[in-house]
Amino acid sequence: MTHPETGFGRRALLGASAFGATALALPGLARAQAAPVKIGLVAVLTGPQAALGTHLRDGFQLAMRHLENRLGGRPAEVLVIDDELRPDAAVGKVRAALERDRCDFIVGVVFSNILAAIIRPVTETQTFLISTNAGPSPIAGRGCSPFFFATSYVNDQNHAVLGAAANDGVEVGGQMRQIRRAIIITPNYQAGRDAAAGFKSTFRGEVMDEIYVPLTTTDFSAELARIAAARPDAIYTFMPGGLGVQFVRQYRQAGITIPFLSAFTVDEAVLPAQGEAALGLFTGTTWTPTLPTEQNARFVNDFLGQYNYVPASYAAHAYDSAFLLDSAIRRVNGNLADKGALRGAIRAADFRSVRGGFRFGSNHFPVQDFWLARVGRRADGRFQTEHVRKVFENAVDPFAAECRMPAG
Amino acid sequence: MTTQLLLIQALNGLQLGILLFLIAAGLTLVFGVMDFINLAHGVQYMIGAYLAAWIAGATGSFWLALLLALPLALALGLLLEFLVFRHLYDRDHLQQVLATFGVILVLNQGVKALFGAAPLQVPMPEALTGGIRLMEGLLYPTYRIAIIAGGLATAGLLWWLVERTKVGMLVRAGATNAPMVAALGVDIRRLFMIVFGFGAMLAGFAGVLAAPILSVEPGMGDHLLILAFVVIVIGGIGSIRGAFVAALLVGLVETLGRSLVPDLMRLFLSASEARQVGAAIASMLVYIAMAAILAFRPAGLFPVRAG
Repeated sequence: MTHPETGFGRRALLGASAFGATALALPGLARAQAAPVKIGLVAVLTGPQAALGTHLRDGFQLAMRHLENRLGGRPAEVLVIDDELRPDAAVGKVRAALERDRCDFIVGVVFSNILAAIIRPVTETQTFLISTNAGPSPIAGRGCSPFFFATSYVNDQNHAVLGAAANDGVEVGGQMRQIRRAIIITPNYQAGRDAAAGFKSTFRGEVMDEIYVPLTTTDFSAELARIAAARPDAIYTFMPGGLGVQFVRQYRQAGITIPFLSAFTVDEAVLPAQGEAALGLFTGTTWTPTLPTEQNARFVNDFLGQYNYVPASYAAHAYDSAFLLDSAIRRVNGNLADKGALRGAIRAADFRSVRGGFRFGSNHFPVQDFWLARVGRRADGRFQTEHVRKVFENAVDPFAAECRMPAG
Repeated sequence: MTTQLLLIQALNGLQLGILLFLIAAGLTLVFGVMDFINLAHGVQYMIGAYLAAWIAGATGSFWLALLLALPLALALGLLLEFLVFRHLYDRDHLQQVLATFGVILVLNQGVKALFGAAPLQVPMPEALTGGIRLMEGLLYPTYRIAIIAGGLATAGLLWWLVERTKVGMLVRAGATNAPMVAALGVDIRRLFMIVFGFGAMLAGFAGVLAAPILSVEPGMGDHLLILAFVVIVIGGIGSIRGAFVAALLVGLVETLGRSLVPDLMRLFLSASEARQVGAAIASMLVYIAMAAILAFRPAGLFPVRAG
């Protein structure tokens, strides 16, 4: 713990050096050590994609429960912000959280377009922004920021995992299947095209066809007939949220037995709705409920006990980020004013992740393992993703080299 | 593209058309008879699906869900009519649009509060699982064939109701000239209520039918509502026959367009450009078709109102 007089001395020093920055830092110091650390937790909680934001929020709040509502020894307060999946709404609410509520950290964000909207408003005030899911490649590369960290991944990595996994073949019904020809099907928007590019970046076989469907598609029967007629060795798809529910169920109903590789399409957020239709389908991920770490067992068990549903990676990454903040605030003895020291403390990532080892790369994105996973049924009858094999070990994202991290 | 695949796509288009017809039938009557723009009609479809999910979840039976969801959808439609829409009939279209848009927001959030934001699943009835092998590696789900059959039967029933019964005659008369019907001593308000409740039930029926193949989630009706408006504009506002023909047309254009246009584009463009441009054009095709039809027949294919 910092003594009040130390804090005062630093305050005088900073006041002398840079007025602009200090004007923002002052209130944080003035509130002394007993004042709570304030976290603005941004998640989409309304609209069709709200299920993902609910995972994120519940994951973070379970961590706060495990940490007894303290971060690094200081009491903590979590302000939940619904970004409504609308960039303008997100910016307005986050600004209010920074200026009116004086949040010390902004954490969360499911969707990349929301992150892209709030990253500057947050980092310009020299507040640390921790993304627990969205990881657009520009922020990992040229647009990297000294005030931004991600506990998740760069979006493209999950797609690349499947391309690499396809090269080695996948096991279906106890039989190894070689994949030489694949069809890609994704929604026709930026993330969909990125998914196709990510898969192709590592897949060495032939991409027979790329099918792009409108984001509002509810019936895939036309596309499924095309896929069945083309008879590829596998399909690769990225169908987030409700799209994935419809696609997966219709895939099964059409009786198609072609191996199904995907990212963000079969995860615990949508598995309750996909049910048995998703059994045996493949996905690429950083985390599954089955990863055998002590932290993970506790996280999954307590999450089920608390919220009565199986957590997805949105929850796991959010859970990790609370422990990351805890470790960082402890490392700086609760003093959040020295941004440089705080950055070093976050970068140290001195906590035990549910994923096992965890460290940050030079662009503040994790260097971590990626898994091929398959949907299975738990002993309690619910569905979950289960890791099959490690595809990348200690993977650094392909954009890290483009990042010239500016000094804070 | 083989003939076989083309036939399968035509079947897919037919099935989408049938669902669209069930939604558009109510919409065209409400718009045609009452001159009332009901944006909340897509929400009735969502409510039908949620009722099915709820009842099927509680009882485990799809048939029971179908049986109970229909009267409940009717009752909810009438309740909405009583609480909200009744007060809007005499207002101008802008106010109707605003108020019914508000109903969309309230009900979308309402089902989210009640059932959660995550998509729900409705199990397929046991008797209709499985499929028919139309092509190697592809089953055509029996359930989709049942949708087509059920929809066609409903269309037949509707035709009989509108063309052969007294209420149907009043509805047709109301669509042509409502003030005159009222002047002849018909309780036009009660007629409105019947039409409205029936339309809500049809949309709910479409929702129940769609629930086992689509995911049941807040806002699921919003996209279909736009297509349903396209259908009633193409068909001629107030015309059930027009709605039927236009719904099948839109269903076929949408489905066949999605599968054929990217292939057609490949004749002129490189593969990757063809995919992007083809996907974009395919999603516009319905609207292009609507513009083309309206250019030749400004009142739609089967105009009802004279003058």
